[in-house]
Amino acid sequence: MADTLQFDLVSPERKLASVSATEVRIPGTDGDLTAMAGHTPTITTLRPGLLQVVHQGGTDDYVISGGFAEIGPDNVSVLAERALPRGEVTQEVYEGMVEEFAAAHRDAKAKFENEPGPVDDTAKLLADMVAIGTHIGLDPKQPNF
Amino acid sequence: MPSLKDLKNRIASVKSTRKITKAMQMVAAAKLRRAQDAAEAARPYAERFDAVMAGLASSVGGSDGAPKLLAGTGKEDVHLLVVMTAERGLCGGFNGSIVRKARIRASELIAQGKTVKILTVGKKGREMLRRDYGQHFVGHVDLSEVKRVGYANAQDIARDVLDRFAADEFDVATIYYARFQNVITQIPTEQQIIPAKFEGGDEADTALYDYEPGEEEILADLLPRGVATQIFAALLENGASEQGARMSAMDNATRNAGEMIDKLTIEYNRSRQAVITNELIEIISGAEAL
Repeated sequence: MADTLQFDLVSPERKLASVSATEVRIPGTDGDLTAMAGHTPTITTLRPGLLQVVHQGGTDDYVISGGFAEIGPDNVSVLAERALPRGEVTQEVYEGMVEEFAAAHRDAKAKFENEPGPVDDTAKLLADMVAIGTHIGLDPKQPNF
Repeated sequence: MPSLKDLKNRIASVKSTRKITKAMQMVAAAKLRRAQDAAEAARPYAERFDAVMAGLASSVGGSDGAPKLLAGTGKEDVHLLVVMTAERGLCGGFNGSIVRKARIRASELIAQGKTVKILTVGKKGREMLRRDYGQHFVGHVDLSEVKRVGYANAQDIARDVLDRFAADEFDVATIYYARFQNVITQIPTEQQIIPAKFEGGDEADTALYDYEPGEEEILADLLPRGVATQIFAALLENGASEQGARMSAMDNATRNAGEMIDKLTIEYNRSRQAVITNELIEIISGAEAL
């Protein structure tokens, strides 16, 4: 069996990557998972996090803000709502992304006063987003919860 | 009979009109290329998304737990028409054909005794529908400040639509836009987005997948994104169509202006010669009278 799989990363606006990879680390909603050749066909939703692609030329990192991934025995397609190569994520960009999630959280808090469900969901997304910062060495300025 | 000076002025003014339409045509051509590239770039995502959704929808769709966005509210009384048009005119029949399609549907629905609500995207459609359907307007999305339509714009529209759906404001949502075929042809299209409809969907193919979390959770997560994806695709198609329509409209206008200039020039020369002939006759008959 071949030991590589075809990796595609697409966002609604463009195709970001299409390479032959040996290993793809995916931040799934239920936990991180690593896809290698021969993986059971799986569809999983994603949380904001760091997507790592290991291929012959090294490892590529992408910051993604959610979406879903389709994993097959010899291919992985990640459909990300928003995805940026790690190099493009500067402190400024990162703060913008955190602020977006913080705003969603505030909206949810204002809208669902007595329903903790949606508020907690947005709080988790925000926390995930903040966690990315520490991961890639940017300063996650703690937004006011 | 217009005087020589009048004709001269008219020729000059038509010439400057031709310059403007020519420039607009070239600008539209450049923008069309960009819009087409954007539509092309968005295609892989939309295709993948549809394939996964179709599979999921066919396996979950039948069950009782299917989300409302897929199964509908169980009635079809209130329709939301999302009419997407351009922010600017001078693009031939582009806005008109989209509005016409929406208008036909709206009058059909009203005749059937259903409630119609209209959400307009783009100024032109709003202006055209205001007189007949002004009382049905529920909102308007202004994209005139947006230089390049991005996914964020589609998300905003989708959020608006979904919020209304969550608040039980309507049962069925349909979007109206023009699908880009080529520069000459843009097809006005209606597409139902809520409840979601997906083409095909091979159950045997997708039954193999493991779902993480469960199928229904994934579906509930993806359906709202599906709405945004469809709206985004429609916005991009519309963008390309608008520029295509403008390009061919301006091409026609340029050609017409050219023809008009030719005609006016002939008329101008004829009357100039007539004036000369007249003067000669006057001189000759004056000389003969002596």
